[in-house]
Formats: sequence, C-alpha cells, structure tokens
Amino acid sequence: MNKFSIYQYFLILVILVLGFIYALPNLYPTQPSIQVAYTDSGRSADQMLVSDLEDILNLNGISYEELSLVENKIVIKFTNLEQQLESKTVIQNKLLDKVIVALNLEPTTPDWLKNIGGKPVKLGLDLSGGVHFLLEVDIDTAQQGRLELLLDTYRKTFKEDRVKVSSSSIKELVLYFEFTDKNSYNKALQKYRADSPGINGLQYIITEKPASNILLLEYSDVALREIRDYAVGQNLMTLRNRVNELGVSEPIVQRQGANRIVVQLPGVQDPTAAKKIIGKTANLEFRLEANARTSPLRKEEFGFKGNEYTTAFLEKGVVVSGDRVTNANSGFDESGFSQVNITLDMQGGRAMQKASSANVGRKLAVLFVEQKSKSELVVNDNGDSVIEQTSYIEKEIISLATIQTTLGTAFRITGVGTPQEASELALLLRAGALAAPMKFVEERTVGPSLGKENIELGMKSILIGLTLVVLFMTFYYRVFGIAANISLLINLILITGIMSLLGATLTLPGIAGIVLTVGMAVDANVLIFARIREELKEKDPQTAIRDGFSRAFITIFDANVTTLIAALILYVIGTGPVKGFAITLSIGIVTSMFTAIMCTRAMVNLMYGNKNIKELKI
Amino acid sequence: MNTTFQFMKYRKIAGVASIILFSISILSLTFKGLSLGLDFSGGTLVEISYENPVELETIRNTLSSNGFEDSQVVNFGTNLDVLIKVADQNGNSSIGDSVYSLLNESGLQGELKRVEFVGPQVGAELRDQGGLGMLVALFMILLYVAFRFQYKFALGAVTALGHDVVIILGLFSIFAWDFDLTVLAALLAVIGYSLNDTIVVSDRIRENFRTQRIMEPNEMIDLSLNQTLGRTVVTSLTTLLVLFALFLFGGEMIKGFSLALILGVLVGTYSSIYVVANMLMSLTLIQEDLAIPEPEGADFDELP
Repeated sequence: MNKFSIYQYFLILVILVLGFIYALPNLYPTQPSIQVAYTDSGRSADQMLVSDLEDILNLNGISYEELSLVENKIVIKFTNLEQQLESKTVIQNKLLDKVIVALNLEPTTPDWLKNIGGKPVKLGLDLSGGVHFLLEVDIDTAQQGRLELLLDTYRKTFKEDRVKVSSSSIKELVLYFEFTDKNSYNKALQKYRADSPGINGLQYIITEKPASNILLLEYSDVALREIRDYAVGQNLMTLRNRVNELGVSEPIVQRQGANRIVVQLPGVQDPTAAKKIIGKTANLEFRLEANARTSPLRKEEFGFKGNEYTTAFLEKGVVVSGDRVTNANSGFDESGFSQVNITLDMQGGRAMQKASSANVGRKLAVLFVEQKSKSELVVNDNGDSVIEQTSYIEKEIISLATIQTTLGTAFRITGVGTPQEASELALLLRAGALAAPMKFVEERTVGPSLGKENIELGMKSILIGLTLVVLFMTFYYRVFGIAANISLLINLILITGIMSLLGATLTLPGIAGIVLTVGMAVDANVLIFARIREELKEKDPQTAIRDGFSRAFITIFDANVTTLIAALILYVIGTGPVKGFAITLSIGIVTSMFTAIMCTRAMVNLMYGNKNIKELKI
Repeated sequence: MNTTFQFMKYRKIAGVASIILFSISILSLTFKGLSLGLDFSGGTLVEISYENPVELETIRNTLSSNGFEDSQVVNFGTNLDVLIKVADQNGNSSIGDSVYSLLNESGLQGELKRVEFVGPQVGAELRDQGGLGMLVALFMILLYVAFRFQYKFALGAVTALGHDVVIILGLFSIFAWDFDLTVLAALLAVIGYSLNDTIVVSDRIRENFRTQRIMEPNEMIDLSLNQTLGRTVVTSLTTLLVLFALFLFGGEMIKGFSLALILGVLVGTYSSIYVVANMLMSLTLIQEDLAIPEPEGADFDELP
C-alpha cells in the first residue's frame, strides 16, 4: 500500500536529473570575451578570419584562452578585461571596417552541457541593463512617396501617349488626374486597368468620374500591405546594419505587429549614442567635389575610406542625404564593369536633377557618415576597472565619380572597382536607406547599476520568502512539512531548468512571479495535508494518506488551471517585463503541481509506504 | 483545525460591507479615477541617483525655469534617488535626455539609472489591451468554472473576482497609488489566486452537497467553510509571508506590484468565504443543482 512502482520512481528521478542538469549552467560564472563578425551581414566568419585573428593576437603578444568559430561569428575568450579590450583595439585597427568587434561576457558553460542544449537563463533588460526601443514606421509617408513616383511616371507616360491632362495632383493619398477630353480619359482609364493587376491582386482602386473627365486612383489594401511590408522590411534591414555598428553582443531587432520594430540592446551604457545611431536619418551625403571656383570657406577635406592617405576637397553643401536613398544594388554595365544602381525618392531625385544638370563633368562624391564608439578601460569611483564607451562621428569618402549626364531618381555609379567592392558600396548605401521615416514611440533605458541592484534585491526576496515559508511548513506540518519543503526546492530548480532550456527571459516581475510561486506552491501540499488530517479522524493512516492525496488532486487541478488561464492571458497582453512574470508564473504552476503531487507523494511513500504505522504526526 | 464558526449567520452584514466597499470603490474610480503610471499615461520618466541628498525643490526650480513646468519630482525609495516625471509633450522621445543633461549642466550631477518614454499612442494601446485582457480573463474563467461546476458557482466565482478587482482598483484610486503595468499584472495574478481559494471552497461545498444529504444549505456551507478554513488560512499566510518579503526587500520598482498582491490575497481570502457563499445562498443552491454527480476524477487518470 502507498507504494509507487519502480517506473514511477524512475520517471520522477529522470525529470529531477534533467531539471538539475539544465539548471546547472546558471552556476557557472561569465568570462570576458569578444565576438568578431564580418561587417557585411551576408558574409559568415570563416577559417581565413580565424587564422587572421590568431596572427594578429600572436603578433601583439595577447594571450587568449580560446578562439572558436561559432555560427557566423568568432568568439575569443580571455582571462581578464585588459586582454579583452586590448584585443578589440588591435583587431579593429588591423582589420578596420571589414569586421565588427563586440565586447561580451560569455558564459563558461562546459562543452558537454552546451552539446545537450544547456545554457544560462537569459536576463531581461531590467536585470542586465540596456536599452529597449519601440519604433513606428510611418506608412503614410511611404505611401505618399510611392504616389509621388506614380504621379511622375504617369505624367511622363501620358505625355508620350498623347493623353491630354489638364491638371494632376495628389490629395490625401489619392492620385488625381483631370483630362481635357473623353478620348484621353478613356485611354488613361485603360492604362490604369492594364497596370493594376499585381502578383497578389489588384493594386489600384480606380474611381471614375466620366462626366468631368476625372480619374481618382488609390492603392488597394493589397498594395498597401505590400508597401507596408516592404517599408518595414527595408527599415528592419537598415536598423540591423545600424545596430551592428554599435558592437552589441546580443542585439534584438524584430518586427512587432503591423508597422512597429522593436530594438533591444542589452548592456549598452550610452543610450543617447545608441539612439543617435538608430534614429539617424542621414548616414550618407552626396556632395559635389570642390573646384577652382569654390571659395575656401565653402569646402572641406575628407579622407577616402580604406585609404587614409588620399584626400579630396568637397563642397560644404549637401546635395542629397542618405535618407533619400530608397534602394541600391550592384550590377554590371554594358562593358562588364561593376556598377552600383541607386534609386532616390522624389524629393531626392529633384534635388539631384537640379544639382547635376548644372554640373555635368564635375565629380560627385558619396560621403559615408559613421557614428563610432571607442572603448576605454577606466577606474571608477569604487576602484573597479570598467569599460567606458564614448562616441564620435567619422566622415569618409566612399566614392568619387564624374557626372556624365543629368541625374534623376534613378542613376548609377560606375568605376567602383571589383564586384566585391561594388556590392559593399551598395550595402553601405542601403544601410542608410529608410523606406519610410520612423519615430520612437517607446523607450526604456536601464542603467547597469540598476540592473545589478534589481538582481540582488530579487534574489534577496526569494531567499527571505523561501526561508520564512520553509520554517513555517516545518513547524506546522513536521515530517510532512519537510517533504513539502524539499518539493519546494526541487520546484525552484525545475523552474530554473525549464526557463534555461526554453530560452525564456527572466525579468524583475519574473523574479516576483517565482517568489509568488514559492508562496502558492505549498498550497497544493497544504491542501493534501489538511485532507489527510481530516481523513485520519475516521481512517487508518495508510488509507488516510492515499485518500488525502487522491481527493485533493481534483481541487488542486481545477484551482491551477484557472490560474494558468489568467497567466496565459497576461502573456498575450503583456509586454517585456510583464511577459516575464507570466512566463515564470505559468512554468511555476506546472512545476509546482508536479512537485507537490508527485515528489511529495514519492517521499511520503518512501517514508511510510509498506510500514505498519499506528499514529501519523501531521 | 476543528472550527465550527457560523459563517452564514453574518452573511447579511458581510454582504452589506462588501456592497459598501464596492460602491465606494466605484465612486472613487468614477470621480477621482486612477493615477495612471507611465505605461498607461504616456510621458517620460527619469530616475537619477545622487551621492548626496539633493533638495527636490532645487530640481523642481531648475526644471520649471527651463520649460518643463508640469514635471513631478519625488524621491524614490531613499532620499538619494530622485524620480522625475514629465507629462507627454506630443510624443517627443528625447525629453529624458534633455532633462538629464539639463540637470548635469546645472551642477546636479548624478548617475542616470533609468529613462522611460512611452508615446501617447502606446499608452492608450496598453490601456485598452489591459482592460480587454482583464475582461477576457474573467470571461474565460466564468466558462471554465461553469463547465467544471455549475453556472451558480460560476456566477459566484466571477462575482467574487469582480468584487476583488474593483475593491483593489478602488484602493489604488483612493490612495492615488501609481497604477502601472506591473500592478495590472498583479491584478491578474490576484484573479488567479482568489479563484484558487474560491474553487477550493466551492469544491468542498459541491462534495458535501452530494455526500451529506440531510442538512440545510446554510449549515452545509458553514460546514464546508470550516473544513477548508485551515487550508485557507495556511495558504494565505505562506503567500503573505513571501509577499511581505517582496514588499520590504524587493526594491521600489515592484512595491506597487507586491502591494496590489498583498491586498489581493486579503480581499481574495475574504471573498472566497463570504462573496461566493453569499451568492450561492442568494441564488438558492439546492441539491438538485448537483443531482447527477459526475464520477469524481473520471476524466483524469486516478492517481497512483
């Protein structure tokens, strides 16, 4: 009686061992390291880079513990912060902009644990410190830009086709054309209808007003969705490139909902600089080269990218800035030389047209503007060595080419060197391209000291809460209380293990969720024990134990399912930290049911099963 | 614990007390409203830590003479930490940086601990989502309890939950405590917790109605409440123990959260005793309501 079969014990044991193993990575400390990746996000780190890095470090006499190729980047581990920082400086000086070097604290999880998927719990920004941004993409502006292009295209087509237009404009995102006669009106309508079919459905909503020879054109929902997806996708890519410049080790750049992008930068200490880089609109400038007539006050000298000894004088006035670039890609010209094709938006196109038509034969430069950061090891007020980042702006010429003809919205730069160089230039141009403007709609910055403080306070409250509950249970239920306490500890280990395994993020409210679970988890055991006490009045101890457990089960189940419903809803509606609370609460509910019912029962069975007990102290 | 309290003798008094508390809460929520935290109101919040105590008045003056008239400046936790709240200025996201650099330039150098900016639209969305989430949670729970028990229990449970949530909201409104996302999370957790209690009590009432066929409904409910009282008290106690640990040692950022939960556990424990039972009495729960007892645990594997 009151015995588990060997399989049941075995199952419990397996779950416990697994939980313990996956919770284990959290006990290992972190180690200073750097992550090196190619600047071109399309290129993965390779063996060549590995040997380059080994040479650089050996040449400079920097010792390192381990250098390994992990996914698309290279991770180098060091024993101290000085080595970490020194290596970053020498690598960056040697390989320049070919690579991005990010400082990181790598977990020291042993290989055997890593191989089975073991990793420490991810910390939310409120615990690790860092910045969280929510950006909203302005779809209306993207749509307006498209309509302007469309207006321009149709004006040209109508002119070529001899369709007589008396007036045309864009009002409140509607394209308006008025024609002089019925014939023109009909021709235009046919043109619209022919252009409308897209891949996913009709692109246009055409409103016909034959009486006044007016045609109104709007984008259909299908087209709007395409515009939105393109704009958000393009901006997402641009943001990823910009975030890469920051050298953050584990950045998150994700689309959220229809037109928002979430950016999380753990460990970033200077949110203002981060914001500048993310929110910057012009990281490219098209400028004319200064000529003999340019006054010295109106020109500036810049170096070439990748070649610091060559310089050129450019005019101070900016013709077009990078936020006007809507697309750029590399290709080949008629004679097989590589070139870069650039598309500007309407406004940029007009400015370019104006500047280039008056200056055919002069040279046009593309200036790359970069917000860079420098890391230094400084001693803070507490006497600890910490890494401090400062930021500065660097401008370099990436291309200087002769204007052959008047340029418009679409033009090309030829003579850009190898296809590899052309694709790099296109990437740089695209990096500055935003398909639609964005604005910050939410920002949360947590300083590193607050993050650390939050962890300490959270851990402290878990410990104090746990101690109080353990003392109470021992005092109130004695032997059974001890069994419940052991279950409680197992519960904590299981929560940690599952969170690590799932890659769930721990936040401050998440810690609160664990604390709450500690308080509520004993509820299941309290229910069982109260029931056993009651059953004892009329039954012998063994039957009382059995009936107590089985009768309490249904109550425990119902009560927990409803809490789980509340937690799941919280997960759906919550953001960031609150989601963290929902996660720990949900996991806690499930694990506490397992530990309170299975583990406590197993312990009680091991203690009392098979024995002939006369009296049960509970 | 072998208690024989006659809970139902005082059910009218408890009912009146609940209705009064509930009405006061509704009145306060209607006329005074909640003092919405940054998550819901939108705006900017800056937390700065100083090495020596700084006169809040100095900060206020510096801010108001530089164009931040409607800003609130308070101490946060200790007198070394200062929390500055600036109302939304047309979704301008760089207020936080401006405030911090302004204070730094005015000789009030401190360490920037936290900057939070919530745009007006995001705030409104979070408000809507929060309210909606709360309603969905109540509705789902109503369905589950109706499915597992019976509609009278479900009505009792949801009344109890509504009672708890409104009274806690009322307290936050009356005392003008900050209502932010973490407090909302706590409220949803309270729903879960309070329901836990309610179900344990309901479960026992159901069991007694089926097994003990002689007693009057009010005696039956008294018996059930007494039988579950030990568990109710012990669980509330252990939960309150950890919540007080959280309230006292968890730091300022989750004070509101733990406060809401502490209140929730207290109100929730009371409501599972009086509100649910009161509703069942008012709806005149009779044995026929539970006449066809489903075999207990039939849809689950019997425990080993």
